[in-house]
Amino acid sequence: MQQLRNYIKTFAMWELWQGLAVTFRNFFRPAVTILYPEEKTPQSVRFRGLHALRRYPNGEERCIACKLCEAVCPALAITIESDVSDDGTRRTTRYDIDLFKCIYCGFCEEACPVDAIVETRLHEYHMEAAGENIMTKDKLLSIGDKFDAMISADKAADAEYR
Amino acid sequence: MSDDIVNIEVDGKPVEGRKGQMIIEVTDRVGAYVPRFCYHDKLSVAANCRMCLVEVEKAPKPLPACATPIGEGMKIFTRSPYAIAAQKATMEFLLINHPLDCPICDQGGECELQDLAMGFGSDVSRYHEKKRVVKDKNIGPLVSTDMTRCIHCTRCVRFGAEINGLQELGTMGRGENVKISAFIEKSIDHEMSANIIDLCPVGALNNKPYRYSARAWEMVQRATVAPHDCVGSNLYAHVLRGTIKRIVPRGNEAINETWISDRDRFSYEGIYSVDRLETPRVKENGEWRDIDWETALDVLTTRLQASDGSKIGVLASPSSTIEEAYLISRLADHLGTANIDHRLRQQDFSDQDNDPVAPWLGLTIADLEQCDAVLVAGSNLRKETPILAHRLRKASLAGAQVCFANAEVHEYFFDVAEYLSTAGLVAELAGIAVATGGKLPPAVADLCKDLQPTASQTNVAKILAQGDSSLVLLGHVAARHPAAAAVRALAAAIGEATNSRFGFVSEGANSAGACLAGVTPHRTQGGEARGECGKNAVDMLSNDLDVLLLFGVEPGFDAPPIDAAAQHGFVVACSPYRSEALERDADLLLPIATFAETSGTFVNCEGLWQSFSGVASPVGASRPGWKVLRVLGTLLDGEGFDFESSENVRDELRTALGDIELNNAYQGSAPIVVASDGIDGGLDVPMYQVDGLVRRAEALQLTPEARRSLESSE
Repeated sequence: MQQLRNYIKTFAMWELWQGLAVTFRNFFRPAVTILYPEEKTPQSVRFRGLHALRRYPNGEERCIACKLCEAVCPALAITIESDVSDDGTRRTTRYDIDLFKCIYCGFCEEACPVDAIVETRLHEYHMEAAGENIMTKDKLLSIGDKFDAMISADKAADAEYR
Repeated sequence: MSDDIVNIEVDGKPVEGRKGQMIIEVTDRVGAYVPRFCYHDKLSVAANCRMCLVEVEKAPKPLPACATPIGEGMKIFTRSPYAIAAQKATMEFLLINHPLDCPICDQGGECELQDLAMGFGSDVSRYHEKKRVVKDKNIGPLVSTDMTRCIHCTRCVRFGAEINGLQELGTMGRGENVKISAFIEKSIDHEMSANIIDLCPVGALNNKPYRYSARAWEMVQRATVAPHDCVGSNLYAHVLRGTIKRIVPRGNEAINETWISDRDRFSYEGIYSVDRLETPRVKENGEWRDIDWETALDVLTTRLQASDGSKIGVLASPSSTIEEAYLISRLADHLGTANIDHRLRQQDFSDQDNDPVAPWLGLTIADLEQCDAVLVAGSNLRKETPILAHRLRKASLAGAQVCFANAEVHEYFFDVAEYLSTAGLVAELAGIAVATGGKLPPAVADLCKDLQPTASQTNVAKILAQGDSSLVLLGHVAARHPAAAAVRALAAAIGEATNSRFGFVSEGANSAGACLAGVTPHRTQGGEARGECGKNAVDMLSNDLDVLLLFGVEPGFDAPPIDAAAQHGFVVACSPYRSEALERDADLLLPIATFAETSGTFVNCEGLWQSFSGVASPVGASRPGWKVLRVLGTLLDGEGFDFESSENVRDELRTALGDIELNNAYQGSAPIVVASDGIDGGLDVPMYQVDGLVRRAEALQLTPEARRSLESSE
């Protein structure tokens, strides 16, 4: 009996209709995909993308060259050199992040006592030439300057949970 | 001695201690840790930080372990809830006024307060009032101050008063207003004062040249040996990515204890001076041109092969490693020249045949403390060898009578029994020799004829004769003296007559090694006499030579300037630095490594061979000196130059030397004639001018000491 049923199902293409039913059902459901890059999915304020170095509102660099981010970095992606600055404070003379080494864990951000190094929500970037993977201090600061509003808003939104 | 033993109990375990010991000494010995800030085993007990409070049975209050002597049957609890509560309370008080700036503090990561705050501090501060702020003082170019961080342990104050003998820092005010300060905007000026950097348990006193340039945890600590004096202080170099960031002492009770001189600590700055020679350079038609090593060595070998052996001269620095010294002496042998010397500042070579095989201190450095009568002749000991001066100060505090004979009067921070300076070094020593009353050896008999010793000279002779463990020391000035032969023979005679030991404080880090390796015109390796005596340093600089090889020597600074009349065919300088003088005098410059970038061995003044390996990457294309010499030897078809490591070189020499016993006893019998005993002064080399490295160490050149010597030379 079972054998006969299978025989009929095979010739009636039962499994095919079953599969098409799934397609048909979903055909009328709202789409979950989006039209990237015109459309984008929502991001958490804690998204860990490209790094930035921040400044205080008066333009002073936040980073004090304590090197805690360098020490905590599990991928050894950060290289810092420091010295006494012209005004006698402790400042970096070099702050490099190798994006090829970075694993975007966010430990640098956690370790920073002055919220200087942050990971922004930027994730759409690319490199064309060798060496562009090294984010120098100037590059990091300019990202910080450019996206200051976004970074500040994200930090403020997350502040109450920290 | 059995009644000196005291039985106590530490954390329930029975322990024996000696009578009069403090609790902390016993707990340290048995490994029961008691936190502390102000206690330091080399300093007196102050008991002002109160961190080491422990519970003692039957005591009404917790007692400070550093200031409580043990008593029979005492029961001490270091980890009881009562003791921990006391320690935690102390920590809370200490943290009230301490700023929370660990991220920018250079002490961060190696801070005693930070460490103990992890163990004994509370996670949340209960203190909401205003914190104290103290103005920073400028105490000179070596030590930076952040006085707000000070916890008033007074280690720095006690160090000045007890170790240096010159109290440069003091406390002012009382209670919360107490401040550590130098006396009215004065720089610290003692030659060992930077040790307060290591003593300071917090970040209040820190290393100024190192300021903000690295963190404690990222540097690699490598052991090395100091290259500026014959003590050979043990050092640690803290290295970040191949660059030395700072130097700290490596404890060695037999040599430098836990201290080092400022010269040893800050000279590393010279390694990264702008003067560093980074590539070999050759002078062609008066123009300097960079070349590669191959071409440079080619030029040199051609030149050496074309020259007559007897017209080649070799001058090596007394701070070269023994490997370099050995290879350079082998090279000279191969080239067939006896014109080789390391005694760059010496003027009188007349009695060199009676030199000891290698000059040494006559006793171990630690034994200096045990001496009870010392005569230091022809020396500015504090500036020549700060560590030896410190040992002598300890001897003096323990009751030794220390006398000096020197044309210039230098300050010592202990009671000097006699300071003979009026009559000139030879006359003073001759006076003492006569005053000893012994039969004087023929070498000095003429010098002492018809002399009437002064009262001071007689007193010195008496002190030496009465001492159970007496010592006669000759310093750098004696070696540079125009009548050095007479000075040495007289000092030896005094030593002989008073039954004192007799020793030398030699120049550079490795004079003894250079002598053993045969870098002298009259003797070859192991002190064996050469058939024919070559030219000494002075002769080489003033006579015509075909090729003059300078190894780590800057004529005019480390040695007399090259005589303007001398026509040297070709001058090649192996040097870490280029300088105007070298560029004027030399025809070829080969960059060699400094002590930090090469492996090697220094033989210090007690005859101890201290080997070290390279700690930093060589700057530019500079190469370790021994490698340059080894390659040069091979290129010149020398036999047995195929060493693979500096250890090979050292071991070969060591085997060849066998068991050489150092002996300073004076053997000469020929009467010594002194041409003139007129000029005696001006033989000092300023402390921060002794070698190329120190001369280029920026911070040291800014010290009051360096400025004083600059002013006096102008």
